[in-house]
Amino acid sequence: MSVDSSEVTKLAELARIAISDETLQDVTERLGNVLELVDQLQLVDTAGIAPLAHPLDEVQRLRADDVTEQNQREAFQNIAPQVEDGLYLVPKVID
Amino acid sequence: MHQLTIADMVSGLRNREFSSVELTQHFLKRIQALDPQLNSFITVTEEAALAAAQAADTRIAAGDAPALCGIPVAHKDIFCTEGVRTSCGSKMLDNFAPPYNAKVIDGFNAAGSVMLGKTNMDEFAMGSSNESSFYGPTKNPWDTNCVPGGSSGGSAAAVAALLAPGATATDTGGSIRQPASLCGITGIKPTYGRVSRWGMIAFASSLDQGGAMARTAEDAALLLNVMAGPDGRDSTCLDKPAEDFTRNLHESLRGLRIGIPKEYFSEGLDPQTEACVRAALAEYEKLGATLVEISLPHTHLAVPAYYVIAPSEASANLSRFDGVRYGHRCENPADLRDLYMRSRGEGFGEEVQRRILVGTYALSAGYYDAYYNKAQQVRRLIKNDFVEAYKNVDVIMGPTATSPAFALGAKSKDPVAMYLEDIYTISANLAGLPGMSLPCGMVDGKPVGLQIIGNYLDEARMLNIAHQFQQHTDWHTAVPGMAA
Repeated sequence: MSVDSSEVTKLAELARIAISDETLQDVTERLGNVLELVDQLQLVDTAGIAPLAHPLDEVQRLRADDVTEQNQREAFQNIAPQVEDGLYLVPKVID
Repeated sequence: MHQLTIADMVSGLRNREFSSVELTQHFLKRIQALDPQLNSFITVTEEAALAAAQAADTRIAAGDAPALCGIPVAHKDIFCTEGVRTSCGSKMLDNFAPPYNAKVIDGFNAAGSVMLGKTNMDEFAMGSSNESSFYGPTKNPWDTNCVPGGSSGGSAAAVAALLAPGATATDTGGSIRQPASLCGITGIKPTYGRVSRWGMIAFASSLDQGGAMARTAEDAALLLNVMAGPDGRDSTCLDKPAEDFTRNLHESLRGLRIGIPKEYFSEGLDPQTEACVRAALAEYEKLGATLVEISLPHTHLAVPAYYVIAPSEASANLSRFDGVRYGHRCENPADLRDLYMRSRGEGFGEEVQRRILVGTYALSAGYYDAYYNKAQQVRRLIKNDFVEAYKNVDVIMGPTATSPAFALGAKSKDPVAMYLEDIYTISANLAGLPGMSLPCGMVDGKPVGLQIIGNYLDEARMLNIAHQFQQHTDWHTAVPGMAA
C-alpha cells in the first residue's frame, strides 16, 4: 500500500516526531517502498494460524510481590534535562 | 600478544607469562594507533580499563581468579554501563550515562574481565552497515572503503582488527551474524531468552538477543558462559540454569545430519560466496557429517514479516525517549507537544524515524489485523518450517550474507535493498533459534561467512560444530593487512 504525504504527516503527529517540509517528500517515498515490501504478506493464506508472539511460546513468569529494588530517585534525576525539588520539569500544560 | 585467543590469554595470565595491565595497555595502544582508520569505538575507557586490569592482576596473584579475570573485552554501546556514556549510536543518548549496569555487563565484571570501551553501532541497532550511527560509519578492516555490516559493526571490526580479543553484540535480525560474516570473525546469537535483556537498550523485544563475537568458536563459548543465564528482571529471559558452553567442543561430528535449505541457495546469492559455502559443507562431509537437502518454504516472507513486527515493537519501545527524563531535549520548547516533537525529530536519525513511522502505521486503528496480526501468523509459519526440518536434521547451514562486504554508501539511500541484506539471518530471529556465523572463505580479499542455525537451546552443539571446523581449517586465523 502506498502512502501520501498527508498520511505521513498524521503518522508523524501520532509518533510525535517533527518532520521538516523539505524532507517530507523523501520520507513519504521511502516509507511507501517499505510498505510495498511488507505488502507481500497479504498474498499468504493464514486462515486458522495462531499468531506467534513469543518464539518459544513461553508465558510471562510471575514473581513474589517483594521489594527488590532500591529507591534511586536522585541517581535518575541527575541525568534528567530539567528537574526541580525532585520533579521533572516540562513546559506548562494547564493554565 | 594481540594474536592470542582468549583461551590462550586466560592460561598466559594464570602462568604469569604477562600481566593483565600489560595485555590491556597493549590493546589500548592498538586502539589508539589503528582505530582512527576504523571508527569502531564510540568511547574508550582507558583509565577504568587500567584500574580493572590492576585489580585483576591482584586477584590472579592471590589465586582468586574468576573465569575471564584480566581479559580485555569491548562492549557494544547498547549495553548500559554505569557512569559511562551509553549512546546506542544515537544523538538521542549522546549525553546518557546510565545509573546502572546491564545484566551482561555485571556478568563480565563478576568474571573479572576488563572493559576497553564501547563499540560503534547502527543507531538503536537499526541497520546492516553501521552507516546509521550518529558517530559516523565504522569501516571494514579488510577494506576500509567497505562497510563492516551491522548493527554490531563496531564490535565486529574491533575484533577483526585485533583491537579487542572479544566483544559483546546483539542480534535482532542478523546484527551479530552478518557483521561477523563481513568482518571474518566468529559470532553467536543464542536462543531467544538465553541472555538477559536487562539494561540492553530495547529495539524489538520479542527478537532482541545478546550474544558474543570473537575470533574462534572456543572464545565465543567462553564469552557466552558469562553472559547466559536466568534473570528475574527480564521476564522473557529463559529460566534455564547457566551452562558450560565449551563442554562439547571436542566431540566428533561423525553422523551429524546437516540440513541445507534450498531457499538459501537461490537467486540473489553471489556465486563466489556460494562456492565458499559449498566448500565448507564439503569439509563437513570429510568430518563425517551428512548433507540433507531441506526446504524452508516460507523463507521469502521472513523479511516482510520482520519489517512489520520489528518496527511495531520499536515504535512502542522508543516512545520512552521523550526529552523529559533523560536523553536529548530540544532548545526552548514552546509547549509540551513541541518538546516531544522536536526532541524526537532532532534526536532520532532518518532510519530510526522511518521504522517508528512504519510501526505506527502497522499498529494504527484499522491496520492492526492486516499488518501486525498477519505478520505474527506468518511468523508461526516460519517457525513451523524449522520445527518440521529439525525432525530430520541436527543443524542447518547456509550462507550468512548474500555477498562479501559492500562499499560504503552503496545501499544507504535504498532502505529496501539494505533490509534484504538480512535475508538469510532474519528467520532465526523470528523463530527464536540460535545462530552463528564463522569465516569459511575469501572473495577478492574479503571474508565470507558460513551460517549455522541450531535447534532450540543447542548452542553447545553449534559451538562444537564450529570448533571442529576451525580445528581443520584456518580461515578464522586470517588477519586483515591493516591489523597485522
